[in-house]
Amino acid sequence: MSFPPSIKSRPVYGVLSPRPGQAHLIIADGEGAGAVADLFASGPGIAERAHVLYTPGPNGTDDWAVIAGLGAAQAQRAASVPTLLFRLARVLLDAKAGTQCYLAGSEGLIGQAERDLMAQGVPHQDIQKEHRGSTVRRVQCVHCKGVTENVRTDPFQCSHCGLHLFVRDHYSRRLAAFQGVCIDAEEPGNIPPPVEKFA
Amino acid sequence: MLDLKPDFGGFFKDETFVGDFTFANSPSAVRRFPFPFDRDQYMYSVNIEPHVPTRPGSVLEHAFDIDEHYVSEMRDRARVLARDPLRCQSLPHMELAGWDLVELIMESLSRDYPQWFTLERSGNDWHWVNKPLGIDQRFTFLDPSTLPYGPMEYITRQMQGDFTLQDERDGNLWVDAGMVTTQADWSLDFDIGMNFFEWHAPVPLAHEKGIFDRALKFLLKLQHGAPVRRFNWTMTVNPLLDTAPETYPEWGPSKTTLTQANLGAKQHLRVELQSLFRLPRSNAIAFSIRAYLGSFQDLVTVPKWGRRLHRVVRDLHPDLAAYKGFLRNRDAMVEWLSKYDDGAPTSPGIWPED
Ligand code: HEM
Repeated sequence: MSFPPSIKSRPVYGVLSPRPGQAHLIIADGEGAGAVADLFASGPGIAERAHVLYTPGPNGTDDWAVIAGLGAAQAQRAASVPTLLFRLARVLLDAKAGTQCYLAGSEGLIGQAERDLMAQGVPHQDIQKEHRGSTVRRVQCVHCKGVTENVRTDPFQCSHCGLHLFVRDHYSRRLAAFQGVCIDAEEPGNIPPPVEKFA
Repeated sequence: MLDLKPDFGGFFKDETFVGDFTFANSPSAVRRFPFPFDRDQYMYSVNIEPHVPTRPGSVLEHAFDIDEHYVSEMRDRARVLARDPLRCQSLPHMELAGWDLVELIMESLSRDYPQWFTLERSGNDWHWVNKPLGIDQRFTFLDPSTLPYGPMEYITRQMQGDFTLQDERDGNLWVDAGMVTTQADWSLDFDIGMNFFEWHAPVPLAHEKGIFDRALKFLLKLQHGAPVRRFNWTMTVNPLLDTAPETYPEWGPSKTTLTQANLGAKQHLRVELQSLFRLPRSNAIAFSIRAYLGSFQDLVTVPKWGRRLHRVVRDLHPDLAAYKGFLRNRDAMVEWLSKYDDGAPTSPGIWPED
């Protein structure tokens, strides 16, 4: 799916396409497995130099069987996004310059993997991103700074401080999060009913 | 620690920007208020001009304006930072730019206000005296171990207004450091690390008008020694300097407290004098955002400003009023201001008597 036009801090996504490289690092969750399969199909040389890290999506989609069937040189299934990111940190210690990075799946996973890649100095032109599957958002509460994962509604209640937050499109790549702002700050208690905006 | 031993002397006011809000402008501060509207309407534009000293006594007389609120503002900044240290952040590669800023500010202040600030340099051995804040500091330039804070934090704890430092890479500017405690509702902690288009993303209409494309092109050509400036403005209820998104639940309710009886005293026009300096060693750009608060009742004592403020607020594009956070009170403001607009023509320019 593609997202409606938005403000300039909001991430944009493309379609993964094979690029020449010594190594291919592929990170995906949920329906992102389909994007990885398409990538392998369009780049026959990729599999033997590929390392795939995969975890189920926030909606529960687990297409590990698809990944396992691709014949990648290395592929691991992580139990959750945080576990995947620990594996990623280890993999990055040995990553060679020019490694091509491909991120596919939900925005939360893509954003956090991109953040960690950039922190390790991977140049952005070596990172491709394709959104597939869930549109739930990772949102930072601007008040308590706590991050709530898998936000489905707008407004929603901060899982840390309990304030009711509206979800902005303003996005920080450093935090890998959208911004949530108190919706009833001016008239405490005046909270519109939550609308299911992200699924 | 930077111990403030303030000396208010005869000039600096002892006042608060929170709680009991004792902040007020003296009659001379009202006369020198940087009224931002040079005509009876307002829309975003690339309003950038050379930052050259002009008009003795005005806020544009010097590179940095130190006014009667200086000491109390620095005390307010220390209060905000004690509560939330994330208001001041600097990514590791920005330290050199911080030293550039130390030099720019210390040289400017000691040149323009020798009665309050002195700087003696002997090679890298520097001696800085800030009399109003009671600071006497010897340090080694470029050696952070000789200052009680990182260089940017050290000097901006002694400077009115917010500061950000922009690194230049990939044909863009990146806001990689800042001291932000007097902001019009934006979060440094959220925005740090963004580029020019990303941090400006929430602004309505200006992207479509190409304003940010042209502004960035202009800034990338900024030369050391040739700073530029622009005005920005918004509205603030009560003289609260720290309108941060972080604390919005604390100050948001004040927006529902306006009546025709209290509006003149409580509603403030908030003007930012923004100036931009290319820094010599780091090639970064320093952005100074100096906020001035003027109550409506003070501003309308200048007949030209009363008339003009009424017309600007009345006719402002609703997207701008919403973005600036005063759509809810716009009608009340217009009603209050209308008493000061007799319909007479106004002269071009921002100055009170021209
Ligand atoms: C390079 C240093 C600059 C920095 C760090 C900066 C930062 C910001 C920030 C943080 C905002 C608030 C955005 C939000 O709502 O979250 C803003 C607003 C804005 N900026 Fe800048 N800015 C810079 C330079 C400029 C320049 C040169 C222009 C010239 C056109 C400009 C025009 C604007 C405008 C029109 C707004 C909307 C203000 C309002 O309506 O209240 N900025 N800026």
